[in-house]
Parts: sequence; structure tokens; C-alpha cells
Amino acid sequence: MSKTIGVLALQGAFARHMQVFESLGVSTVEVREPDDLPGINGLVIPGGESTTISKMLVRWDLIEPIKRLIDNGLPVFVTCAGLILLADHLVNWDDLPRPGGLNLTVVRNAYGRQIDSFEASLEISIPGDPALSESPFNGVFIRAPRIVADGVGEGVEVLCSFEGHPVLVRQGNILGASFHPELTGDDRLHEWFLNNMVNAR
Amino acid sequence: MSEQKTWSGRQSSTWRTKVGLAEMLKGGVIMDVVTSDQAKLAEEAGASAVMALERVPADIRADGGVSRMSDPKMIKGIQEIVSIPVMAKCRIGHFMEARILESLGVDFIDESEVLTPADDQYHVDKNLFKVPFVCGCRNLGEALRRIGEGAAMIRTKGEAGTGDVVEAVRHMRTLMDEIRTLTILPRDQLMTAARDMGAPYDLVEEVARIGRLPVPNFSAGGVATPADAALMMHLGAESVFVGSGIFKSGDPARRAKAIVEAVTHFDDPVKLAEISEDLGEPMVGINCDDLGEKERLASRGW
Repeated sequence: MSKTIGVLALQGAFARHMQVFESLGVSTVEVREPDDLPGINGLVIPGGESTTISKMLVRWDLIEPIKRLIDNGLPVFVTCAGLILLADHLVNWDDLPRPGGLNLTVVRNAYGRQIDSFEASLEISIPGDPALSESPFNGVFIRAPRIVADGVGEGVEVLCSFEGHPVLVRQGNILGASFHPELTGDDRLHEWFLNNMVNAR
Repeated sequence: MSEQKTWSGRQSSTWRTKVGLAEMLKGGVIMDVVTSDQAKLAEEAGASAVMALERVPADIRADGGVSRMSDPKMIKGIQEIVSIPVMAKCRIGHFMEARILESLGVDFIDESEVLTPADDQYHVDKNLFKVPFVCGCRNLGEALRRIGEGAAMIRTKGEAGTGDVVEAVRHMRTLMDEIRTLTILPRDQLMTAARDMGAPYDLVEEVARIGRLPVPNFSAGGVATPADAALMMHLGAESVFVGSGIFKSGDPARRAKAIVEAVTHFDDPVKLAEISEDLGEPMVGINCDDLGEKERLASRGW
């Protein structure tokens, strides 16, 4: 049966994620309210402004339903703002309403203001996955959050680090990146998520 | 972690990171604010960014005189109080105002026709800057000239400070029609199209191929209600700037929140009806047809 990926479309770069999945032959659906959730085989929480997305999650009663789906094992791929919204611990912003689920600590905007946004090549090593390991991945960091190196808790696998801090992590059914794979034209991470997390379920 | 591989160094402020921030602002509302309190209110309402300026366009229009870059102190005060991106405006062609704003670390500069132009021939060479720029346009040629100069985001101009959406609609329809026309032109007609609209050929060729602008396309100038915002999203806007429409209305907090919600649910009239209920008085507004040619801000910029 063909799979459908739900992409949280409250605010942010959701359309770019949808384009990547559609180019990989997977159908997508925009998620704006709880009624959009049934039937999806995976969920993406995209980059955007985490403050804005958090407010909209509250406004449209999406926090609890998303939390339940994650607890029930729905594969979830989160990038940048999405990573902030799934972090269990947020330095200085711990009262930001969010689903959580990732046992780690994140600092918002830790790499500086927009003029400090950057690109860097990342070496992602996932055992048994030649496609990701064979060449560097272009990491696009935009007002990016930082995963605190010594704040990574039990159950979290670090799949890639940059300058000593994790930038790509997996915890069970959650894949989290502090950068933007959807902006690079490199679909290897989306494909890996589909093959190893969505289709494997 | 002991066996860390060697990374190439960081490359900051690349074209991709500039356009990337514009991508992150999609599906949201960027609000004009003149004080820290307004900035906080905008953030609370769910704005995806704020535009820090000294007077909203409606007041600039009423007060007359020369309108310039805002006081850095005021911009810094707003940067300290919100976590969302902070934008600020420089005058058209005023690259020193732009350099000052860049030094303050603003997240986006709007080279804006709302301020009094500083140069009647040339816009800022935006490629030289680390900070991304947004510029206004009324048509595709103007949009592509600005992108050629380095703008990482385009907004249609509309007519700022009027609360009348008609010019925003006109500019967005013109832009989208011209994009659609390019996509069906045979390749051998593209150079003439580039000449006729006064746009760089390589960008004309790119738009013909991809069927959209190479950077995000937002709407500005005249949005005053949730329905206005939803209308602009349907016509092709990927986000909406709201200037005077919020803080010149009867209940800014409610209206700000409603416009944010309308941008997310722009295709759901039932929700839009609920969102539009009981918002208090909208800004009074000026009918664009009553404006003389000299009073139109949109005709600034070339």
C-alpha cells in the first residue's frame, strides 16, 4: 500500500518538504488541524518560527494528538523549529508549549543571528547505509538551534555532529535535524526516513 | 566522539541561507511595529517576524516630510524583547543606512518605497551584504531587477498605509500573470521578453523554466482584514506583510491574531468566518482611487 506523509503546515517551510517527498513518489498531506492526522504513515514538523508554530499548535488543539501519535510509534521527521518543538528540555524557553518526545536539551538561536547563518558539509554515518556515508551532506543552518552535547539523554543516537555538537539524532521513531535537508536538493535523508522508519514499520 | 572527521569550515551568509530564512517565514505574517510593546504583542499574536520602524505607513502618509531609517536604539530594544526575526527598513538606494542596519544584526532589510527614496536612479547592491534583503515590486520586471541586485525575498508593493487591498491585488495579479506567460513562451522569445520587461535574461529564463520566482514571493501594502490576507494567499502570496492594518485598528491584539490564523487557514471559509468574527473596528483606510499620482508610494523605485 502506498504511504502518505503528513506535513505540519501551520507556518514555515512545509512546502519544500512536500516537494521532496513527492519527488520520491510518496503522497503528502498538509496538517493544519487534528482532522488531518488520521491515515498518515509519517509526520514532518518543518522549520519555521518555533514561537509561531507553538502558538498555532495550541490554537488548533494539535499538541495532544501529535503527542499520542508519537507515543504510539508514528515515524516523525523534525527539522530546525520542529526539533525545538520535540525537545524535552529547552534552555531559557522551557515553558514553550510543545509535544516534546526527544530526550535532549536544545538552545534556541544558539548559532547567532541571521548574519551568522551558514552552510557546512556534514559527514553523516549511519551503520549499514552506504548512500548517506559515501559523500558529505550539505548542512544549511538558519538561525539554528543547538543540541547541547552533554544534554543528550538515554535512547538518543547521535548520527552526526558538527563542531562538537549533535546536529542529527534518532530516538526510536523520531529523526531530528537542527539543519535544513529540505533546502539542499539532496533527498538522501528523506529517503532514509522513508526506507528505514516509515516503510520498516 | 573521539574519532571526529574533518569538516570543511562554515560558509556564512550564503545565497542559500538568505533565501532559506525567507523560506522559513512562509505561511506567516510579518507585522510593522513602532515600539517594543507592539513587538511583544505581535509575537504573542503569532507573527513570524516584525518590521521595526518609527512610524507605520498610515502615519508617514499623514505626517508627510522625509521618512528615514529608524533610530538604532529603538531597533535594538525590539531585538532584545522578541525571539522572532526582526526586520528594518532602509531608504531605496541608501546603502549606508543598510550597512548600519546590518551592523545592528537585523535579520532582514527591507529596501522600501515606504521611506523617502535616497537615490532616484539606483537601488542598493544587495549582493555585497551578509544580511538578506526584501524589496517591493509591481510587476515581474521590477521583481527580477531586484533579485538580480541580490534581493532574497520579493513582496508586491500594494499601496502602503491605505488599508485598501486593491493595489496589492493588482500587483500580485500582474506578477503572477507575467510569470505564467513566460512559462508558455517559446524559448526563442525569451530574450525579447527580457528586453521588454527590463529584466536580466538568466532570471527570465529561470522563471520560464520553474514557473515561479526564484525567491519567496510575499504580499504587502493594504491588507487590513483576515479575508484580505486569505485573498492574497490565494492569488499567489506565500506570506503577508501587514503594516498599518493592525495597529491602526480598534483592537490590535485580536486583529493580529486573526490575520495570523487566516494565513494558515486561507483555504477554509468556515474557519475564516469564525476567525473574522467580532474583531472591532478595522483601520479607517483611504480609497486608493482618491490618491493623486504624487501620493502613491508604489511608484517609488525603478
